[in-house]
Amino acid sequence: MTGALHGYEAIIGLEVHIQVRTSTKLFCGCPNRFGGEPNTRVCPVCMGYPGVLPVLNREAVRKTLGAGLMCDCTINTYSKFDRKNYFYPDMPKNYQISQYDLPFCRGGTMPVSGVGLSGGEMQSKGIGITRIHLEEDVAKSTHFGSYSGIDFNRAGIPLMEIVSEPDMRTPDEAYAYLTGLKQIMQYAEISDCDMEKGQLRCDVNVSVRPVDQTAFGEKIEIKNLNSFRAVHRALEYEIDRQISDLREGASLRQETRRWDDALGMTAVMRVKESAHDYRYFPEPDLMPLEIGTDWRNEIQDSLPERPGVRRDRFVAHYRITPYDADVLTQDKLLADYFERAVAKGATPKTVANWMQTELLRELSDSAQGIAESPVAPEALAELVALIEDKTISGKIAKDVFHIMFATGKAPSVIVEEKGLKQVSDDAEIGVFVDRALAENPAVVEDYRTGNKKSLQFLMGQVMKFSRGKANPQSANRLLKERLEASEG
Amino acid sequence: MGALPLPTLDQAVSALRDGATSSRELCESVLGRIDTVDSRIGAYLYVDREEVLADAAAADRRRADGSQLGPFDGIPIAVKDNMAVRGQPLTCASRILKDFVSPYDATVIERLRSQGFIFLGRTNMDEFAMGSSNENSGLQATSNPHDSSRVPGGSSGGSAAAVAGGEAIVALGSDTGGSIRLPASFCGVVGVKPTYGRVSRYGLVAFASSLDQIGPLTRTVRDSALMLDIISGRDPRDSTSLPEPAGGCASCLSAASVNGMRCGMPREYFEVEGLDPSVRECVENAARQLEAEGAEIVEVSLPMLKYAIAAYYIIATAEASANLARFDGVRYGLRDSEGEAESLLAQYRLSRARGFGDEVKRRIILGTYVLSSGYYDAYYLRAQKVRTLIRKDFEHAFTECDVILSPVSPEPAYKKGELATPLRMYLADIYTISVNLAGICGLSVPCGATESGLPIGLQMLAPALHEKRLLQAAATYEAIRGDL
Repeated sequence: MTGALHGYEAIIGLEVHIQVRTSTKLFCGCPNRFGGEPNTRVCPVCMGYPGVLPVLNREAVRKTLGAGLMCDCTINTYSKFDRKNYFYPDMPKNYQISQYDLPFCRGGTMPVSGVGLSGGEMQSKGIGITRIHLEEDVAKSTHFGSYSGIDFNRAGIPLMEIVSEPDMRTPDEAYAYLTGLKQIMQYAEISDCDMEKGQLRCDVNVSVRPVDQTAFGEKIEIKNLNSFRAVHRALEYEIDRQISDLREGASLRQETRRWDDALGMTAVMRVKESAHDYRYFPEPDLMPLEIGTDWRNEIQDSLPERPGVRRDRFVAHYRITPYDADVLTQDKLLADYFERAVAKGATPKTVANWMQTELLRELSDSAQGIAESPVAPEALAELVALIEDKTISGKIAKDVFHIMFATGKAPSVIVEEKGLKQVSDDAEIGVFVDRALAENPAVVEDYRTGNKKSLQFLMGQVMKFSRGKANPQSANRLLKERLEASEG
Repeated sequence: MGALPLPTLDQAVSALRDGATSSRELCESVLGRIDTVDSRIGAYLYVDREEVLADAAAADRRRADGSQLGPFDGIPIAVKDNMAVRGQPLTCASRILKDFVSPYDATVIERLRSQGFIFLGRTNMDEFAMGSSNENSGLQATSNPHDSSRVPGGSSGGSAAAVAGGEAIVALGSDTGGSIRLPASFCGVVGVKPTYGRVSRYGLVAFASSLDQIGPLTRTVRDSALMLDIISGRDPRDSTSLPEPAGGCASCLSAASVNGMRCGMPREYFEVEGLDPSVRECVENAARQLEAEGAEIVEVSLPMLKYAIAAYYIIATAEASANLARFDGVRYGLRDSEGEAESLLAQYRLSRARGFGDEVKRRIILGTYVLSSGYYDAYYLRAQKVRTLIRKDFEHAFTECDVILSPVSPEPAYKKGELATPLRMYLADIYTISVNLAGICGLSVPCGATESGLPIGLQMLAPALHEKRLLQAAATYEAIRGDL
């Protein structure tokens, strides 16, 4: 795989399905949860029994509209559901209630920018979102050799389908689009987008063409992509393959290919047949919806600040670096934590540092998320304040933090209990300095002959005698003073 | 046929209240009658004698200790086999659901159950409600109680025959294009199709989602009014059900009068080729009787009539083609195991080929066709636009009259096998079909008979949500008509 484009460009479009976080399914009262014993979260409605009728879950609509508004979509003021007709065992009614010509949202944008997954800087651009619509998820099939089993727990879960314009040109852009979508969905609590739980599924459409050509090349669909990285790898492979084929004079045809993550390649699944006729017609069991401006505005007001906007605000308002802001706004809860800590008066830059180093590391080590942090943002702010008013040193603070994380105790309590208050009184430190100098005449001599490194050893002694509590700046100053003083 | 031994619903309520009868007695009368005549009439697909008598005993116990569920506690009711009753078969008279037992109750059944009604048995019908004669049942044949060589009408033929033959006090049917009103007319009973959305469809196996409604078949108008009061009303499980509360239909009947009521007679309806002279005469006679009571007979026009059948058979079959797709043998119903299926879809084809009757297949294919790519605009979309015009036809007519009078069917009950082609059968729906397209309410009330004693029904129509007006007009007519 060369990665070289040889005068071709890739045209990439993504079709993403995202399960909406609601307490019940889209058209019935069964719980909307992952897992569980097969066919235990089912009822006559989601099983498509004779005589049942769908009832719309308003929360699913609300969240879909929210997703659209987060992406700057236009919300259709009049919308409806349609029946999409085809036969398959994972479809209880052998039609799926979906949306055809009047989806809830259309014409949005997902901005991508910054450094891509492969390390290169991406062009800042907005990837077009053609539409977002709502539909019911299908059941899950599992194959057991000579027979297949179908679990209807998933049937009827609300699913947003987000179709992008074919605006992406590189695997990096596709990856950034997906991470951007996921971030927005998590921010607005619309979905956790956990691909392992099937909450986000992605199909890729990719074609290549010579750069100066306006017509699109043959579009190839790639399925079985189980992670964002797989999408990236599959695109790298497929673009390379298509370009190679064309350069060798082969022609491409519309087909669906399956990505094999273990082998790192795509293989033909099926040749694209004539387009499936789904015989769409408006769902007669559900009323059409009129989305009034009142409801739309109320949803808009309830949405959180967008991640990109929040990141920019962090840089401008808190004066932290774009890199820090990126890390902190990655996750909405992390950003909330930061702001709560800073609201207590702690210096933003210091809080940012502590969060990125100590806090995230401890959380990672104990496999917890920010929501489970034993150290509350207010406690971290308190710790930072103790450093800033020199009650403890930065080094001691790290130990204190570790204890805070393990016990959940307040920093001042820990400092008190362990007697960790920094000693900043010159007289007190002076005693330790004098002792260090007295006990190490050879080192003192070393220093006088120009070996400045011996200062570190002497500092170490001072810290040892003071059990780490000596204010390092003061200790350093006093050592130097007394070393220089006694120099001739 | 002789006097029927069963009381009306109204009479049964009084008798139970007064202690003149018991639930057990009522149920035994009905069951006894079924035992005697149903082998000839064939109205029932299923009766669970033990279950019925156990329920009757429980109702009688409740009445004895003062804990009765209400005035109707212990009264048996027959249910068309396309409405879900938990624990009872739900076959829709089709082989594809021959062994299916419903795991849940339809909303109307829940409402009736909470009043103490006893679900007597499942009545025969045209398969999946597709038909007008009951001859399309995939399981058995039903005869008209007035003449066993003739059809009872359909698709609620079993329910109509049961009530007419004294095998049920009241019955439930469903009406998509006339399936309550037509068999009511053929069998000489009252049958009401409520306004679309009046009665919940949750638990009614869907034929055409935008046309189906559940309604009562009874011996008197008052009985139907009592039934409507119980089964109507908004259901959160049916998104197409209307917010209007139930009740008031029975209580308004005592104030019924037709004085000054304008009765519209649509010109086009009386110009239909093939309208039997005895039907015309009965209906016109009924109009004259109403006029004598103070009603005003006016001529109205419903010019869209000539498009109604075409529009109906496009819309209904389209919706049905999707509604019946669920019958694939995967989760329930017939899964063919005799044929050798090489693929999954081939398996579906075998099950459906074996399980569905010819008329059902015909309509599924027709419905699939009118929705298919390239034809949707020309057929389905166009038919829906025609439907709007049909609705406007009625809206306009109802500015000139209060109720509409018409025949129910061009001819009375015909002989079994007489309507040789499906198309002839479709054309017989001419009077009933536009009522479902427009969504308004309508009923059939007996208004006479042919010389040979075949019942003839009078169709009365009222604007959407005007059931009270409709039933008052029908009750008044019933009173002035006298015994037939």
